[in-house]
Amino acid sequence: MSDELRVQGMDVYYGASQILFGIDLAVERGATVALLGRNGAGKSTTFKAIAGVAPPRAGRVFMREQDITGFAPYRIARRGIGYVPEDRQVFPEHSVEDNLRIGAKPGTDGAVHWTLERIFEVFPILSSMRGRMAGRLSGGEQQMLTIARTLMGNPDVILLDEPSEGLAPIIVQQIARLIATLRKEGVTILLAEQNMHFCIAVATSVAIIDKGQIVYRGSIEELKHNDDIKRRYLAV
Amino acid sequence: MNFDALIDCFSASACVVTQISSGLIIGMLIFMVASGVTLIFGVLGVVNFAHGALYMLGAYFALTAYWVTDSFTVAVLAGAIGTGLFGVVFERLFISRVYGADVLSQLLVCYAFVLILDDAVKAIWGGDFLSMGMPEAFALPPLMIAGGFVPPFYAFLTAFAVASAIALAALLGLTRFGKIVRAAAVNRQMVGVLGINTSLVYALIFGLGAALAGAAGALAAPVRSATPGMGFDILIESFIVTVIGGMGSIAGAFVGAILIGMIRAFGTVGFPLATEGVTFAMMAVVLLVKPAGLFGKAGR
Ligand SMILES: Nc1ncnc2c1ncn2[C@@H]1O[C@H](COP(=O)(O)OP(=O)(O)O)[C@@H](O)[C@H]1O
Ligand SMILES: [Mg+2]
Repeated sequence: MSDELRVQGMDVYYGASQILFGIDLAVERGATVALLGRNGAGKSTTFKAIAGVAPPRAGRVFMREQDITGFAPYRIARRGIGYVPEDRQVFPEHSVEDNLRIGAKPGTDGAVHWTLERIFEVFPILSSMRGRMAGRLSGGEQQMLTIARTLMGNPDVILLDEPSEGLAPIIVQQIARLIATLRKEGVTILLAEQNMHFCIAVATSVAIIDKGQIVYRGSIEELKHNDDIKRRYLAV
Repeated sequence: MNFDALIDCFSASACVVTQISSGLIIGMLIFMVASGVTLIFGVLGVVNFAHGALYMLGAYFALTAYWVTDSFTVAVLAGAIGTGLFGVVFERLFISRVYGADVLSQLLVCYAFVLILDDAVKAIWGGDFLSMGMPEAFALPPLMIAGGFVPPFYAFLTAFAVASAIALAALLGLTRFGKIVRAAAVNRQMVGVLGINTSLVYALIFGLGAALAGAAGALAAPVRSATPGMGFDILIESFIVTVIGGMGSIAGAFVGAILIGMIRAFGTVGFPLATEGVTFAMMAVVLLVKPAGLFGKAGR
């Protein structure tokens, strides 16, 4: 009952081709849920559907028990859902600070937990580059910036789409530490990943998606010992 | 061609001052229309062929308000606000449906409205030339600058347009709204995902562009007569200015508009039959040297 975000029976199409089939997902308040799956399994499409960028053709999305299915992306954001797309999409010709300011809005409770100062404490790298054009940051820095920009909107839930993708191992470690920090801050997280090991340290529970369907649900601990599932659905 | 007359003019400061002042008001009116064209193109990606009709609407709104209230201030406000509100409604109902569509669909929607608005003006205000006359506040002796006469209204119009340019640049460059607008021009979807109602931003930008055109129409009323179809010439000139200055660049529109104003003003002295030819030739030269326009970004 304390589900922050709940998806029920969601079907998503791109044109005539169906990509997602009856997706059910629930994320409890304060939890970090990993959505694992191979490349092309439908993780990004799930996130786009929740964020309203690719609206579902069937099924429902609830945020704090309120039906937000079919809402425009900006209204979904104002209901407390922060979406960090996998391709990052910083505003390249705006400075780091301006990117953050564009993302600024109060949370659903009207409060501002994430000020620029707080952001710069948690992301010291960004602090030193606040005046630099976002398009000139490295991939890892852009990833940090996108997450920070979304936090500036004080979301209740944050959807992180493959934040470690294409980044050097040392940067991946930094991102993992950052996610752990966000969890401690009480941010509810839905994390899409191909890489199970990235999630082990941070996720409380796991859902595996394959060919547009949820095929497994459980705890990280269970998954660690289930070689059959890992072999069938994950790139190990 | 009469280049002797042009040389004579340049050797007399009175003539230069007079021509510069009339070139400035031509240029400033074009700028106020062109800044909306370039803003709407740069952010919304729509070439607004109906922008000249909005200028016309501003002139008629202003005339009517002036006849009713006898106040030029009210007339300018009516021209700007009335046209701006019309622009918001027009954008919501019609323009918003052709975002991302091909230019031909955009052209059709806009051209339909040019015809509708021209006829509506004819039906409401009649097809004759209407004139406001010089408002009393400006019925003052001309200013003497370096031996040349400059009507006070010319100085007012120029100051108004320069103030508009500065305000617009500050709005887009310094405020959060302006940052959002520039971000939406590059990636509308991401701006929406961050919780910003981009439909509202688009409507406001279109309304702002329309208000600038409406204000230009109001400012033109004392110096030009209003007639249905009056928006056509200034639309073409605005497009030339937008191309010269660089699509989407307000600074480019400002410089381009002054250039065209000067060609028009000094052209009436030296090459009265060839001002349009010279204008187009200048556009061609700019495009050859800088294909993206004077202030344009290459690769857009
Ligand atoms: N814009 C699109 N149009 C058509 N098909 C798409 C589009 N985006 C993704 N797909 C297809 O949808 C499926 C799921 O893709 P995606 O959700 O991106 O998977 P993941 O994020 O898990 O790698 C893939 O088969 C992909 O080819
Ligand atoms: Mg993906």
